[in-house]
Amino acid sequence: MNQSVLKKLDWLLLPLIGVGVVLLLWQISCATWAKELPSPAKTWATSKDYVLKPFEKRGEMDQGILRFTWYSLTLVAKGYALALIIGTPIGFFLGLSKTFTKTFDPIIQVLRPVSPLAWLPLGLVLFLSAGKNASELGALFTIAICAMWPTVLNTAVGVRAIPQDYLNVAKVLKLSRTKTLFKVMIPATLPYMFTGFRLSLGIAWLVIVAAEMLTGRPGVGGFLWQEYNALIYEHIILCIITIGVVGFVLDRLMSVVERRFKTA
Amino acid sequence: MPFLELKNVSKSFGGTCVLKEINLSIEKGEFVAIVGFSGAGKTTLISLIAGLLKPDSGTVKLNDLEISEPGPDRGIVFQNYSLLPWLTVFENVLLAVDQVNPNWSAAKKAEHVEKYIAMVNLTPAREKRPSELSGGMRQRVSVARALAMNPQILLLDEPLSALDALTRSTLQDEISRIWSDDKKTVVLITNDPDEGIYLADRIIPLTAGPNATLGPSLTVEIPRPRDRKAINHDPHFKELRRDVIEFMLNSRHDRHVTLTKKLILPDIEPEDLGLPRSLGNPRTRPLRKHEIIEETVEIE
Repeated sequence: MNQSVLKKLDWLLLPLIGVGVVLLLWQISCATWAKELPSPAKTWATSKDYVLKPFEKRGEMDQGILRFTWYSLTLVAKGYALALIIGTPIGFFLGLSKTFTKTFDPIIQVLRPVSPLAWLPLGLVLFLSAGKNASELGALFTIAICAMWPTVLNTAVGVRAIPQDYLNVAKVLKLSRTKTLFKVMIPATLPYMFTGFRLSLGIAWLVIVAAEMLTGRPGVGGFLWQEYNALIYEHIILCIITIGVVGFVLDRLMSVVERRFKTA
Repeated sequence: MPFLELKNVSKSFGGTCVLKEINLSIEKGEFVAIVGFSGAGKTTLISLIAGLLKPDSGTVKLNDLEISEPGPDRGIVFQNYSLLPWLTVFENVLLAVDQVNPNWSAAKKAEHVEKYIAMVNLTPAREKRPSELSGGMRQRVSVARALAMNPQILLLDEPLSALDALTRSTLQDEISRIWSDDKKTVVLITNDPDEGIYLADRIIPLTAGPNATLGPSLTVEIPRPRDRKAINHDPHFKELRRDVIEFMLNSRHDRHVTLTKKLILPDIEPEDLGLPRSLGNPRTRPLRKHEIIEETVEIE
């Protein structure tokens, strides 16, 4: 009886035990070898203002944590949208045309592993003439170019994987090119595309932190860097946890959407 | 003049000749079944008629016009249903109707779609997606889609071979009923001689591939409507079935592959111990012979 209750609470108890173990390791670490690392209790004490009043604005770089998150998310949304708008058609061309693949695949393979930290300076240079908006445009450029590759590659794979049967149906019905694209090819590729979209969102969220750290824009990443310079280490941990939780939530949301299209 | 005519049609893939000199003529309104082993090139044959493939030589003509590409005048029911999984039953059929009659009003299209869904007894499932349907139901949707295009000829590519025996016979009856209502020209490709004889006016065996070609056309003179149970005792049915199966099996036995292989014998011959040995002379060395024997093996 007692055991079956425990079994039912597995989903809650086991993760809590996991968190407890990590907190313990954290506590041991800051008591022994990492003297500068704030303890969990101290972290909470210093950060609780930011967590309990998440939307408060006390100054440009002194705002509630969710307010910072919101700034970061809006920038990610713009950059991510740009990545999808550019990446999806490129993926389609890659999937459809062998010549296109042969021409551009080497470039894509070379650009893909470049770190966001390397793209950002180039982005800032590209938009130097924009003046005040340079840092935002540079950040958008960096997010878009880093986040689009999973979308590009997954869409290409999806297009190549369209079953010949579906294309035969299109041929027998003599669907026009546009109709074949919208009625057969895009629906058949959607599950792959959404896998790409989910991975892209993960990368976009990774990139935003780096972009904000380098440009000093208000946001989770900017706050993190500022507090590092101000030697308030508790807030670094707060930022890390926030970034992780938000990334996790975004991934869950996207996989819900993705699953919705998988069954189709 | 025949309605559908194939003249000396050959098709090969990567050096293997799949179909060789196929000649076939079908009259308007006829139901013809082509029976063959799996892998004999049945699907290739129907793809040629559909226009999905082009023959290497020879011509395929429908209504005296050469077929060069697929078109909605030839409705196809594929073996694997080929329904679009993201569309409902209704939408799958509508896609075809929409394509053939773009000028119809939405209401007329919907009515037309409903009519064909009803014809295959799927009205209750009209809003379901293919993944929610059984194999037999999916194949019915596929039939409805093909018929709703109002094609001049209906091509059935092993439509029932993926189904269990019971569903299979139900669908056979359904195809038979729809055909007798509609009197369309039908080409049925199948691997089951019984199915061919039960449904068709004529049955034509396809020899085993490669180099498959059509055998003699056998007319099925069993009056319609045919009774599934009675037909088994019909002497004509038995005779036809025997002929078709025999032809198909013989076509396989005819195929002898001759292999010429070289047999290399060991380079030694035993010493002849029967020879007298003289002390003075050195022993005669064993005879050595390079011998290669050529032999021809026949493999069935």
